[in-house]
Amino acid sequence: MKHLDEYRDLELVKPLVEELQRAVTKPLRVMEVCGSHTMAIFRNGLRTVLPQGMELVSGPGCPVCVTSAPHMDAFIGMADRPGVRVAIFGDLFRVPGSNGSLANASSRGAKIDIVYSPMDALEIAKQHPDQLMVFLGVGFETTTPGIAATIMAAKVQNVKNFVVFSTQKTMPPPLIALLDDPELKIDGLLCPGHVSSIIGAGAYEPLAKKYGLACVVAGFETADLVKGLIMLARQVATGDIKVENVYPRVVSWEGNPRAQKMVDEIFEPADMEWRGLGVIPGSGLKIRDKYSDFDAEVRLDIKLPPSQEAKGCMCGQILKGINTPKDCPLFAKRCTPASPIGPCMVSSEGTCAAYHKYGQDI
Amino acid sequence: MTEKTILLDHGSGGLASQELIGNLFLKYLDNPTLHSLEDSAVIDNQPGRLAFTTDSYVVDPIFFPGGDIGKLAVHGTINDLAMRGAKPICLSLGLILEEGLSLDELERVIISIAEACKEAGVPIVCGDTKVVPKGKGDKIFINTSGIGVVADGINISSKNAKAGDAVILSGTLGDHGITIMTRRAGISMEGDLKSDTRALHRLVAKLLAEMPEAIRTMRDPTRGGVATSLNEIAAASELAIELKDEDLPVRPTVRAACELLGLEPLYLANEGKCLVVVQGDMAAKALEIMRSTPEGAEAVIIGTMTQGKAGRVVINTPVGGSRVVTPLHGEPLPRIC
Repeated sequence: MKHLDEYRDLELVKPLVEELQRAVTKPLRVMEVCGSHTMAIFRNGLRTVLPQGMELVSGPGCPVCVTSAPHMDAFIGMADRPGVRVAIFGDLFRVPGSNGSLANASSRGAKIDIVYSPMDALEIAKQHPDQLMVFLGVGFETTTPGIAATIMAAKVQNVKNFVVFSTQKTMPPPLIALLDDPELKIDGLLCPGHVSSIIGAGAYEPLAKKYGLACVVAGFETADLVKGLIMLARQVATGDIKVENVYPRVVSWEGNPRAQKMVDEIFEPADMEWRGLGVIPGSGLKIRDKYSDFDAEVRLDIKLPPSQEAKGCMCGQILKGINTPKDCPLFAKRCTPASPIGPCMVSSEGTCAAYHKYGQDI
Repeated sequence: MTEKTILLDHGSGGLASQELIGNLFLKYLDNPTLHSLEDSAVIDNQPGRLAFTTDSYVVDPIFFPGGDIGKLAVHGTINDLAMRGAKPICLSLGLILEEGLSLDELERVIISIAEACKEAGVPIVCGDTKVVPKGKGDKIFINTSGIGVVADGINISSKNAKAGDAVILSGTLGDHGITIMTRRAGISMEGDLKSDTRALHRLVAKLLAEMPEAIRTMRDPTRGGVATSLNEIAAASELAIELKDEDLPVRPTVRAACELLGLEPLYLANEGKCLVVVQGDMAAKALEIMRSTPEGAEAVIIGTMTQGKAGRVVINTPVGGSRVVTPLHGEPLPRIC
C-alpha cells in the first residue's frame, strides 16, 4: 500500500525505538485518545518495548465503546419495530444494551444492514420505500461529515424514508471533562490522527495551555506512533509544553474547513451521554430543526430511558485511564469478546478487547 | 420468455426431480457409481484406514472472483480429507435449493462442481436434492461428505507437533475471506483480489511420499483463519507457537482491503492454503517440495513450535515487541473508522 510500508520499514523504526529509550528521562503517563491508536500499539507490541518510566493509558476514543446503554437500548428497540430497518457500522452489531444486542434483535427477525458508509444506507432506503431506514450515527468527527453529506443527499433526492439517529460525538469536550477529574493523572496526549484531520491540530491548543498537557498528533503506523511518543517524552523532559503534529501528511493546523462547514449545516452541539463518563455538556451533535425530517428521534418520538450500567463493570474508569482492564473483576471472566458486558470489550478497538486479544500476560 | 427457475416440485421426488437429475446432475457429474441412482453408493474395498468428513457451504454471493459455492464445496471437503493425510476417494453432494433459484445459476454451479471434481480426480458418487419455499433458504446450500484412504504409516494429527518443529504456510493469507467481504460490501478494488479456492491433496501426497515421518500436523485454515488454526494446533499439541510478523505473507491488495475495512488477514478464511508442521531439520526440504507444486509455490516458513506456555500463539513484531494471537471470537466485523 503506497505511503504505508515506508512507515513500517524496519530500518526506519528500529532507530526510532532506540531514540524513544533515550528520550524518556522523566517518568510520564501518556493517554492515547483514539481506539485505532490503542489497537496499533498492541499490534506492534509497542507496550512490551516501552522505556522504563513511560506508561500508556487508553482514553475515550472508541466510538462504539462510549455509546451509552440507553442509546443501545433505543437502537435495539428501534430495530425491533415493524416497518423499520436499521443500518449500522459493523462493530455496533454485538454491543450490549441492558438486555441483549442488535445481534439478538437480528436473530428475532429485525432487519439490520451492516454498511461501510451512510451513503450505502441511503441506497438501501431507496430500494425499500415501504420501510423506514434508520442509520445509527455512532462516531466522532471522522464519520460525521459523511453522515451530514448523506442527509444533504437524502434531502436533494427527496428520500422520505431515510432518517439518522445521531449519537455523534465531538472530541475536545470529553478530554476537558477528563482533565477536570482530579483522579486522572496524565502528562501527555497522543492525539487522534483521523479526528484531527477534520478538527485540526489547533483544537488541542487549549489543553496544552490550560492544563499544561503535552499534545502530539500522530498517525497509525509504527514509525508514526514511536515518533509521537518521542515528541511527548521530549516535551515532558524539557518542560516545553505545546501542540505538535507528526502526522502532517494528513493533519493540518486548521483541519478540513469544508467538512466542518458541512457538519455545521446539519448538526448543532448538544449534551451527550457517554458510556462510563455520563452526560458531558456540548459533547454531542444533534440534527438541526430545519432537518428534523431526517432526525430519527423526532420522526419516531424516541425517549431515552435512564442509564443503568452493568454491575461491577469498570468501563468508565478504564475509559478515563484511571484503571486498566486487569483491575476489573469482570475482565476475562464474565466479560469476554465472545460474551461482552462492557462496551470496551465489544469493538475490536475497545481497550478491554485489545487487552484480551493481545495483552494477556504480556 | 420467463427465466426457468427451481420450483417446489423439483424437490418432490417425483417426475420433476427425476428431470433435474437426468437433465442436469447426470449430464455433468456422471460416472458409473452415480449413474446407478441407487439408494447408496457402494465403494470398492480400499487398502488402508478410511477417513470420513463432511462440510456444508452457505456462502453469499454464490459466485465470486476466483470461484463459486460449487468449487468451494468440492475443494473444502477434499482438503479436509487431505489434512489427515488421506487420499480422497469420493464425495457425496447434498443440495438444498431455494424455490425461485434460476436454473441457469444452478447449472453454472453444477458445471463448476463437475470441473472441480474432474480436475481433482475425485468423483461425486451419491447425492440428494431438496427444495425449500422461497425465503426459507438463500439460493443454494451445499453439503459434501467425503471418503478418503490413509496409507499405513501415515499419522497426521494436531496433537503430533513437537518443540522445534517448523510451521509452514502454503501461500498468502486471507485471499478468500477478503474477496467475499469486499464483494458483500460492494467495494471493488483494483488488482488481484480473488478467492484462493483449490484442492490441496496433490501437494499433500507429494509431501507424504517424500517424508512420511517428518510431517506431524496439517490444517487448512478456513473460517477463523490462520490465527484460529494455529491456536488449535498449539492447544492440541500442548506447545506454544512463535511467529515473526514480517514473515506472514499477505498480498498487497489483500492488505490494502484489510486496512480499509479494519480487518486482520490472520483471521480471514482461506480455501486453498494449508499449515504444515514439519520436523525442524526437514523444514527446508519440505518447503522445497511445496514450492515445486502450483498449490504451494508461495509457501513460507512462518514460525516455530516452542516449549512456551501451552496453547499460546505469539507474534514477534518488527519493533522487538511481541503480542498474543488469540482465536477468532465471532464473525470478523468491519470497524467504524
